[in-house]
Amino acid sequence: MAVQVETSDAGNKLKAKDFATNQDVRWCPGCGDYSILKQVQTVFADLGLNKDKVAVISGIGCSSRFPYYMETYGMHSIHGRAPAFACGLKMSNPELSVWVITGDGDGFSIGGNHMLHVLRRNFDLNILVFNNQIYGLTKGQYSPTSEVNKRTKSTPMGSLDYPVNPGAFAMGCSATFVARSMDRDPKHLKEMLHRSYEHKGTSFLEIYQNCNIFNDGAFFAFTEKDKKMDNCVFLEHNQPLVFGAEQNMGVRIDGYKPTVVTLNNGYSKGDLWIHDEKDVFKASMLTRFFDDPSVEGHLPRPFGVIYSEDRATYEDKMFGQLDDARSKKGEGDLDKMIAGSRTWEIA
Amino acid sequence: MATKPIVKENVTIKFAGDSGDGMQLTGGLFTGNTALTGSDLATYPDFPAEIRAPAGTLAGVSGFQINFGSHRIFTPGDQYDVLVAMNAAALKTNIDRLRDTGTIIVNTDGFDKKNLRLAKYDDVNPLEDGSLDGYELIEIPITKMTRETLSDSSLGMKEKDRCKNMFVLGFLYWKYNRKMKETQEWLTSKFNQKPDVLDANLRVLLAGFNFGNTTETFTTQYEVKAAPLEKGTYRGIMGNQALVMGLVTAAKKAGIPLFYGSYPITPASDILHGLAAYKEFGVKTFQAEDEIAAICAAIGASYGGNLAITGTSGPGLALKGEAAGLAMILELPLVICNIQRGGPSTGLPTKTEQADLMQAMYGRNGESPIPVISTRSPSDCFETAIEACRIAIEHMTPVVLLSDGYIANGSEPWKFPKAEEIQPIEVKFSKSPSNGTPFMPYERNDKLVREWALPGTAGLAHRIGGLEKEANTGNVSYDPANHEYMVKTRAAKVAKIAESIPLLELESGEMGGDLLILGWGSTFGTIEGVCRELLAEGKKVAHAHLRYINPFQRNLETILKSYQRVMVPEINNGQLARLIRDHFLVDVIQYNKIQGMPISQSELQHAAKEVLAQIK
Ligand code: SF4
Repeated sequence: MAVQVETSDAGNKLKAKDFATNQDVRWCPGCGDYSILKQVQTVFADLGLNKDKVAVISGIGCSSRFPYYMETYGMHSIHGRAPAFACGLKMSNPELSVWVITGDGDGFSIGGNHMLHVLRRNFDLNILVFNNQIYGLTKGQYSPTSEVNKRTKSTPMGSLDYPVNPGAFAMGCSATFVARSMDRDPKHLKEMLHRSYEHKGTSFLEIYQNCNIFNDGAFFAFTEKDKKMDNCVFLEHNQPLVFGAEQNMGVRIDGYKPTVVTLNNGYSKGDLWIHDEKDVFKASMLTRFFDDPSVEGHLPRPFGVIYSEDRATYEDKMFGQLDDARSKKGEGDLDKMIAGSRTWEIA
Repeated sequence: MATKPIVKENVTIKFAGDSGDGMQLTGGLFTGNTALTGSDLATYPDFPAEIRAPAGTLAGVSGFQINFGSHRIFTPGDQYDVLVAMNAAALKTNIDRLRDTGTIIVNTDGFDKKNLRLAKYDDVNPLEDGSLDGYELIEIPITKMTRETLSDSSLGMKEKDRCKNMFVLGFLYWKYNRKMKETQEWLTSKFNQKPDVLDANLRVLLAGFNFGNTTETFTTQYEVKAAPLEKGTYRGIMGNQALVMGLVTAAKKAGIPLFYGSYPITPASDILHGLAAYKEFGVKTFQAEDEIAAICAAIGASYGGNLAITGTSGPGLALKGEAAGLAMILELPLVICNIQRGGPSTGLPTKTEQADLMQAMYGRNGESPIPVISTRSPSDCFETAIEACRIAIEHMTPVVLLSDGYIANGSEPWKFPKAEEIQPIEVKFSKSPSNGTPFMPYERNDKLVREWALPGTAGLAHRIGGLEKEANTGNVSYDPANHEYMVKTRAAKVAKIAESIPLLELESGEMGGDLLILGWGSTFGTIEGVCRELLAEGKKVAHAHLRYINPFQRNLETILKSYQRVMVPEINNGQLARLIRDHFLVDVIQYNKIQGMPISQSELQHAAKEVLAQIK
């Protein structure tokens, strides 16, 4: 959060539709991006954000058209580099609420380097990664989060590379806030957007997003009613890891190994892993819950806030150094700088 | 002192030794001392590409060149009058640019078997085989004499040996009839925490001076008088340092904070170091994760209303190309400083070249015109930096500023200005609308410049991006006619800058002669020196030097066409020459040298005379 971005227009709270622009939204009908757009607009309204104090910065890809549809400040930049633009904007004006919109290709392939560094630097901004495990805008090549053996136009015999695990990547970069949600659960998504906004520091929110044209159903195991509860564990701070349609399954730690157990079968909730979003070790393990949901005995995929840590932001420290320098040396004097310490006269 | 020093008009000295021999410091101190005599001067350091090449090897030789005189000095000099060689490798790598009658001051202790082998002298000592006959050879066992001077010092042998450059400095101070007071004061302030080191340095400095004094029987003392420089207060300045101060000054004059995003690269890193030390001016420096992030962060900061700068060298400019194109189509102010070095690819990182002009002009996808300006000398970097910022802000455009390694690391005396003499830079941020009319982010004024609308301003929320935009509204547009209109408008906007920059003036010579020598960048000193000599010989030559390359100044064509011939010397394969032919259909004569070093005055003079000889 950091920045309290107050309501504009003399206290008239904006509605979700006030955050929509007059531009036609051009995603394919049925695309998961629509839901995300709607939830973001709703949450901005709920938070009472002033649209003049918000900037939405994106890279390139389907998701990166997002700023054109948000009635705030915005920049549709170049492929993979949105975090770098956002950092620069934040260093020029730390009062803005800055949102980075990226995807799996933009964020982990061409822009992987910037993702790494924005996370460890901890600028106070929010990164929404629309993960659809495919390249949509370029018409369906496999992406860095696609599963192995993905058959696409560029990989007719199946893709060879092992997928990036976004949550584990973020933890590896020492991110201060790591969360996961999905396009098809508006309530959960809204809650995660709230939490991302409230976190002071870089918030990394991975959103499973269905690309119904090129990768339809990639996440149905997690998002569709019939399987969702069996394959997802919804995290809550200080609560045990319980899941299953009947809420009768749980995860406990057996030594160092998380295992799935059935409750009332010799195990009670008291035996389970208690989620602690401040615990970096547990959070790192949670991001490793990355099993293929079709494999028997797989661990459930965690959704919610995996990790949250208070750490000073880059821009606060940067402005702190500027203040320190001024208080030690006084405001800079151009004439002194230009003359330097050794001058001589030619008479 | 028996004899009076012999007065010389100008002297070029090359200090050469191993990277660890402190030649840069010695050269720097000698330069500061020379400036105090009122002589004009120019210097150039010559670093090895490797940071710590093995001691004694040819690759490990570090050099510093100074040319000083009682007349105007434009370059660090073609040939040396004096070569200081601290070891065999230093002699070997520098001997061919020593004047035939030059003086060699050698540290004989740097010529033992091992040194000779590392310098690939194959056990034949050049000090003994007669190969140096004809030069004045001053042989001094500098290491030994330094150790003897410090025999009772508490320092270890390594630390003692580190003082041997002071012996050389002291000896040269004697040789050029100098006072040592300010060097002694400088050492005192530098080592005030380390009394034993201070004491050692002062003693060895004095020992070197006294050695000259007591052995004057075999060597002569010289003196170079003050040059007829303009009256005023001077300081010494290096190119990158002047660039840094110009940027800080521009930000102050514009009244907005300076943001510098950069990734370390030779020879631009000193700009990052320099700006990082000016936090009390509110300067924000950001060492980004790569060249691309550096420019992108700068564009982000520009969007937020800072004076945004990114700095790099050729390979980095290549990486920044896409983002530079974005800044161009967004129409946001940005200054891209390119401190050129030898290319292509990694090329010659520590050597100089002017081969990025085409890259600066055209190194982006699509029709992407960006103003290009260049600096000509170390002190000129100050004004050029301010000018680049002014154009960027007042015309809402990225600007490429071209410098090079020779300018960046070279130094010269500078009669610096007072801050109040520098014109303010006008910044106009868009104001909140008062009458409810929708904001048009790409509406333009009569200079075709759009407004700078900052996020956070009430009522101006708008989106910008890299997709083609509709005129005025800035909305995404794929309309064919609109695209052509926008391409032409952006080009016209850059072309219009010519109306607000000063006209080109000749550096020397008069309009309408036989030969115009047209240059840009670091060839300034060489060309000016050549022109003045040719003018003194009565030749009808002139020198014009371009700061503005895109757009060219309005009167350039008239100037070009008033001479029989136009010659363009460049440290590249003919890039400005190409632009001049393209723009003006003038049949220019190229003079190109692509050896990682400056064009010398003698070779250019020779070439110019050949051209003059052909003119009837
Ligand atoms: S291609 Fe896929 S991700 Fe892109 S807009 Fe269409 S459905 Fe959405």
